[in-house]
Amino acid sequence: MANTDLYNYILGIADNSLILGQRLGELCGHGPNLETDIALTNISLDLIGQTRSYYQYAASFSEEYKTEDDIAFLRLEREYRNVLLVEQPNTHFGFVIGRQYLFDVYHYMLMDELQNTKDDTLQAIARKCIKEVSYHKRFSGDWLKRLGDGTEESHQKMQEAINGLWRFTNELFELTESEDAMIKAGIGVDVSKMKEHYYAEVSLLLNEATLQVPERKNFTSGGKKGTHTEHFGYILSELQYMQRTFPNMTW
Amino acid sequence: MTIDLQPNIDRALIPVLETVADPEIPVLTVLDLGVIREAIEEQGIVKIKLTPTYSGCPAMDVMSQDLVAAFAKVGKEVEVELVLAPAWSTDWISEKGKQKMEVYGIAAPLEETADKEALLGNKKIVKCTNCGSRNTRLISQFGSTACKALFQCNECLEPFDYFKCLK
Ligand SMILES: [Zn+2]
Repeated sequence: MANTDLYNYILGIADNSLILGQRLGELCGHGPNLETDIALTNISLDLIGQTRSYYQYAASFSEEYKTEDDIAFLRLEREYRNVLLVEQPNTHFGFVIGRQYLFDVYHYMLMDELQNTKDDTLQAIARKCIKEVSYHKRFSGDWLKRLGDGTEESHQKMQEAINGLWRFTNELFELTESEDAMIKAGIGVDVSKMKEHYYAEVSLLLNEATLQVPERKNFTSGGKKGTHTEHFGYILSELQYMQRTFPNMTW
Repeated sequence: MTIDLQPNIDRALIPVLETVADPEIPVLTVLDLGVIREAIEEQGIVKIKLTPTYSGCPAMDVMSQDLVAAFAKVGKEVEVELVLAPAWSTDWISEKGKQKMEVYGIAAPLEETADKEALLGNKKIVKCTNCGSRNTRLISQFGSTACKALFQCNECLEPFDYFKCLK
């Protein structure tokens, strides 16, 4: 087993949390009301905290990057391995909730399985994260139901968001080479096996929210391999601004 | 696998540890909060294992700096290590800590099942820290910090924080 596979595997998980955390952070002071504003930024904080644990671990044996901050701030666009779903913009509150729920269901399943990994550090992180993620899922699921089964307008906007984000869901279950290698080593989770369970759970809640479950076709992917959507450059320019402008600055 | 949940804390270090408080809930010391998993002295250096309440809790960095400063006052050097396993649980908050929390105005965590009922809004069980009534309602699952939810009392109308159960 090469260390590069473990490194890439950790980043594949961590980058999702970083980018989604960054997206949610954009809403600080812009949430639709005070309570949701605080909730979304709290979730952002959890995700960025989780990212720190992963990056600290990756930096501990990386030959290229020495600290968690280097990994977060100094990579180029093609080196980020997050799925396309998490980089989608905060178009409106329906998109924020839809993106969160579609990710949370996956995230919970992943953390649940990762608790059985042979890697002690990843196991410790997963056991910590799952407690937080179950809370995120409860929040996004509640709102999805409330908006879907709410007013005519909230229903229509929630459906629009689900339709718009649906094509990014299949990528969650595509395996990269590093994931393959880590599954063989007993460290990684075979996410491809979670797929049917995922769609069943999501469909159940969408039905409950009186929303249509979109057809499973026309999927798109690429983020896990570093090919991102047009939104990604803008995220990075904001995320990396301070380090690029004042190299090596610290808090 | 069984995990030893009893922290290994050298008694001689307790007086100093008791002077370090949670920056967000200053009535709670790090010992009340249960975040110190180990504190021992080895060859003149105090070695502390600190565990985070929530992954992104900014109070952890402050606590770790405060620990260094507190021991510096008594001429001791400190090494703080952040440990993730076993993951922190609200069960580790001491009874004394829970009482102090309530007096301070934060409702202490209920046990897991009751907590779920309260946070789903199914049952009125969280006690108002102002008047003691259990006729309260959930305003928001997320409060002023990651560890809290926001409630309001239907009797005296006081809004208050509830420390969420984390297990
Ligand atoms: Zn009251």
